[in-house]
Amino acid sequence: MTLMQKFLGAAASLAMMAGAAAAEPALIFDLGGKFDKSFNEAAFTGAKRWADETGGKFLEIELQSEAQREQALRRFAESGANPVITTGFAFADPVNNVAGDYPDTKFVNIDGWLPEVPANVQLIGFQEHQGSYLVGMMAAMASKSGTVGFIGGMDIPLIRHFGCGFAQGVKAVNPDATVIANMTGTTPTAWNDPVKGSELTKAQIAQGADVVYAAAGGTGVGVLQTAADEGILSIGVDSNQNYLHSGKVLTSMLKRVDVAVYDSMKAGAGMETGGFTILGLAEEGVGYALDEHNAPLVSDEMKSKVDAAREAIISGDIEVVAYYANDSCPVLDF
Amino acid sequence: MDFLTFIQILDSTVRLATPLLLACLAGLFSERAGIFDIGLEGKMLAAAMFSAAAAAVSGNVWIGLAAGIGASLFLSAIHGLASITFRGNQLISGVAINFLAAGVTVLVAQDWFQQGGRTPQLQGAARFEGFDLPFAEALGSVPIFGPTYAELVSGHSILVYIALFAVPATWFVLYRTRFGLRLRAVGENPAAVDTAGVSVVGLRYAAVAICGVLCGIAGAYLATALQAGFVKDMTAGRGFIALAALIFAKWRPWTALWTCLLFGFLQAIALRYQNIELGPVTLPVQLMDALPYILVVIILAGVGGKAIPPRAGGEPYVKER
Repeated sequence: MTLMQKFLGAAASLAMMAGAAAAEPALIFDLGGKFDKSFNEAAFTGAKRWADETGGKFLEIELQSEAQREQALRRFAESGANPVITTGFAFADPVNNVAGDYPDTKFVNIDGWLPEVPANVQLIGFQEHQGSYLVGMMAAMASKSGTVGFIGGMDIPLIRHFGCGFAQGVKAVNPDATVIANMTGTTPTAWNDPVKGSELTKAQIAQGADVVYAAAGGTGVGVLQTAADEGILSIGVDSNQNYLHSGKVLTSMLKRVDVAVYDSMKAGAGMETGGFTILGLAEEGVGYALDEHNAPLVSDEMKSKVDAAREAIISGDIEVVAYYANDSCPVLDF
Repeated sequence: MDFLTFIQILDSTVRLATPLLLACLAGLFSERAGIFDIGLEGKMLAAAMFSAAAAAVSGNVWIGLAAGIGASLFLSAIHGLASITFRGNQLISGVAINFLAAGVTVLVAQDWFQQGGRTPQLQGAARFEGFDLPFAEALGSVPIFGPTYAELVSGHSILVYIALFAVPATWFVLYRTRFGLRLRAVGENPAAVDTAGVSVVGLRYAAVAICGVLCGIAGAYLATALQAGFVKDMTAGRGFIALAALIFAKWRPWTALWTCLLFGFLQAIALRYQNIELGPVTLPVQLMDALPYILVVIILAGVGGKAIPPRAGGEPYVKER
């Protein structure tokens, strides 16, 4: 009996030590998939940069279905991972449900929103409407027809938020411009349907659009492809997608998910939690991409105007209305 | 709505209906022979991945098409083996094929190209380009007929014409040949076919193989004609809409064509107009997306004639008990 007790005690302390030793950060990718060339891939880039710089390791999992959310969170929390970083708005509720059971684990959610943030949860949000506003201005300046398009992924407030900022930027440059806005669908498959993205692009081109902005995850691959095939300009999202079709992608609206993930991992288990972090233009959390692939497309005039607008937004001279403010957009009907 | 817009919507309809039509005809062959196949989605997905991969590596889209058909045929062979030879449950086998394809495609693509489960972008001869029919340019100026011919009839990829040609071909094979008669008989009463001295197993394998070829073309169309490469889960439920179309069409080739065009048309409308305003009522885009499924439920409820599946469908044939 005593032997048994000793044995069990040793096993238990071993298990506890194993838990303490494995305080590695964990990253859970949302349904779009780790390599969506966009949102989730940006998160992976940030994690990789952290791993390369510190020589640390991180745990990761790609979700395959909605049902796995809580399960993945509990698995990582129980294995001792800290902090557990999740991408995508849909993780906010599962994180809220799970966080109470693991008070010593820090949870991070990017893009989510909760009415009350538990003490060990940090929510990171981006001012996507500000970045979209800037690329909207560029779209309006690059457009010859005066018609530009917006293609969203799944029809959720976050994506409308992108579209609304974009439309405001377009109207700021050309008040008479037409913005055609379409959503790919209402289910998560809308993030991975490039065929539908292509058809939407063709339909928008038929209506006169000559610059299209895709905020649609993997569906955006089809949008950018069709835009390049049909000889119009496109705008990428989240990651820098300019290289996908060099010389045919006007710019990309950068959402520095990589920075958010990198900072969280760097802070590690000691990170501050219990509130919201908002990353906007001032924090360089959002912006537009300029590199050798789109340099010929962006004129100096375009660049100076957009940079001026950026300063004005940071200083508060230009106010970009958020879709969330009253669940509607002043310049665009969805 | 002006005439040109209407033509553009029809043009989009044709593009969207083509993969549905191919998958629907594939299911038609299989189910008419008594083998239910809910693995259409998985076969299309596997074909999409392998056609894009082979086209990217070889630079020749026809090799890609062959590889896509090969991959789809392989999955068909698994389905045949499970449900014909080993008399397993056809639905379970189909579900397994869907899961298998969803996982294997990403795994193989990632291992092969290291681009996160995608295939490299296809260019030039590695892709099916639009195919201009003769005189499309010259006739373009003729009113009504000109734009119809130039925009709607001409300019699609060759696979679209193959899909459209497959409809009369299917009709001819099923209703005007000895093989077709036996194939239909094997789905209604395999014992009678067996009594007549014809191999039930052979016929069912033939039907499943034809199904594989058609699914292969459908997948290759998605990845190498509509798109320029494979992306994870790119079939996005089209295999299931094709099954819905098959039920709606009551397992008949010509009705399958009209059904797929109708479903394609609904999608095209939904893509073109976010919300449709009919006087005081506004139809939301979600309704248009759901309409194919709603229509199938209505048909299954017995409105507009009964949809009766082949009688021996879903049951493995046992020679003697």
